[in-house]
Amino acid sequence: MTFEPIVSLRGVRRRYGPFEAVRGVDLDLRRGELLALLGTNGAGKTSLVELVEGLAPADAGQIRVLGHDPYRERSRIVGGLGVMLQEAGFSSDLTTVETMRMWAGTLARPRPVDEVLADLALTSRADVRVGSLSGGERRRLDLALAILGHPELLVLDEPTTGLDPESRRAVWRLVRGLLEDGATVLLTTHYLEEAEELADRVAIMRAGRVVREGTVAEAVAAEPARIEFVPHDGPGATLRLTTTDLPAMPGLVHADVDRGRVRVRTSALQEDLEIVLTWAREHGLRLEELEARSASLEQAFLSLAEGTDEEVAA
Amino acid sequence: MIGSTAPADARPASRTRRLLALARAETLLLVRNRAALANALLLPVGFVGLFAVLGGVGDDDASGQAVAAGVLAMLLVVALIFVVYYNLTTAYVARREDRVLQRLLTGSTTRVDALLAPALPAVVVVVLVQLGLGYAAVSAMIEPPGMANPVLVLVAALGGAVVLGAIAAATAGFSRTVESVQLTTLPAIVLILPFAGLFPTPDAISTVARFTPLRPVTELMGLGLTGTDAAGQTLSFVETFGAAGLPVLVLAGWTTLGVLAARRWMRWAPRR
Repeated sequence: MTFEPIVSLRGVRRRYGPFEAVRGVDLDLRRGELLALLGTNGAGKTSLVELVEGLAPADAGQIRVLGHDPYRERSRIVGGLGVMLQEAGFSSDLTTVETMRMWAGTLARPRPVDEVLADLALTSRADVRVGSLSGGERRRLDLALAILGHPELLVLDEPTTGLDPESRRAVWRLVRGLLEDGATVLLTTHYLEEAEELADRVAIMRAGRVVREGTVAEAVAAEPARIEFVPHDGPGATLRLTTTDLPAMPGLVHADVDRGRVRVRTSALQEDLEIVLTWAREHGLRLEELEARSASLEQAFLSLAEGTDEEVAA
Repeated sequence: MIGSTAPADARPASRTRRLLALARAETLLLVRNRAALANALLLPVGFVGLFAVLGGVGDDDASGQAVAAGVLAMLLVVALIFVVYYNLTTAYVARREDRVLQRLLTGSTTRVDALLAPALPAVVVVVLVQLGLGYAAVSAMIEPPGMANPVLVLVAALGGAVVLGAIAAATAGFSRTVESVQLTTLPAIVLILPFAGLFPTPDAISTVARFTPLRPVTELMGLGLTGTDAAGQTLSFVETFGAAGLPVLVLAGWTTLGVLAARRWMRWAPRR
């Protein structure tokens, strides 16, 4: 079987007057995977996603979605596309189920409305006017409409923003279910936990470009791990060390001391941790609040999207 | 879904099905909006009653049939202005500001669908039903207004609705809020209503008035109901089609202008 991506972007650009929001993006989305698009506000996520949805034309580059140009040949892909915008509205005087039926009537092969209502735990709210729904219920209705047409490709722009933790987890379960059924998902999110939870791959955007792309493990691989501790002497008093007191560590990237707390960044976590522990035993030190962990997606994100911690501190 | 390579059924529902689903929702919204509903149902009847009592319709020596036809034409014009133009402008602005248009356009709905959906209940339910009931009412109270050429009556109602619907979409582009529609619709109403042919106008103005958007509607109503032209001559069925040429052309011209204006000024998302 030939490999054909569901979404393929090559050199894609989008301009608003003099401002270029998307500056040459190459990205592929493979069938059945979930790609999380990460970035700070203004990084160009929504601008890029709107191009994939076919809501706007790209100023340069090539976009194929489900085998077609999503803007010029929109009618050919629209039935296979489920879209959840960041801010789309409802008529508040329609009930939940009336809104769903209206949407279902525009689709070629809608799922049964009752089934989708049940999937999103909205059955008990079916006959309530949309104007009386809570923010979380409205977001779930948003998602219900997006999945009502059996989409092959689901584009979710910050689907869980404004949801409480329990509803967020419910949405995650639902998205996982859709993935198991073979759907392909492009998701933007502010929540790195969400990306770690759901994404097969992540793409981090900064200033209109994708600056890193890969699995979560690949995305964080280049980031240093952390070791932190507060050294105490034998009787239990805090020791004020300087970085020159620390042992030589082969993986050392950066070290500093902040009010007694020693913070080490290393590219060789296991080896350097062993050196620190040995050094502590030899000097009779107790390492209070000892922490050692691999880089998180959040750390990779922060260093890529906003500049490194050091730059921020400086 | 897995393994399907071609997006074989990635097409939306047929336009008829889409429109019916959207129009059903719009009908519910109209029924639930008391102000819009009162506008749609009571205003035209009230207006016609008021004008008929205060100003009278037609000349003093006009036949009962001519008076009945005049009342019906007035009913149609007022219904087109308030039910189609005013209510549709309000509906377009409300859907845009609620970001419903934005949502609809993410799915299978086209821009034309989104504009037609609120127009369907306005035209079908209100204008046509009102015309039917109005016909029965004037027949009972005055005299049957005749039906020389039903095709022209229908062209008057639908053509007028299309022109005003397009102008409503353009007007919606100038209206920031639902409330401001009261102001933004005023210029068109003031410019269109006096020349619609409901009231006697001096000859010089009358010639110009024939080219205003709703004058063809009253002319076509006269031709279609009583079979008399603007000069008061009674025409045969075939002759009414000939006399309808100019008004139909004027309607077509305004439709073109209205559509161009709608494309130029209609907005699909709120201003940020």
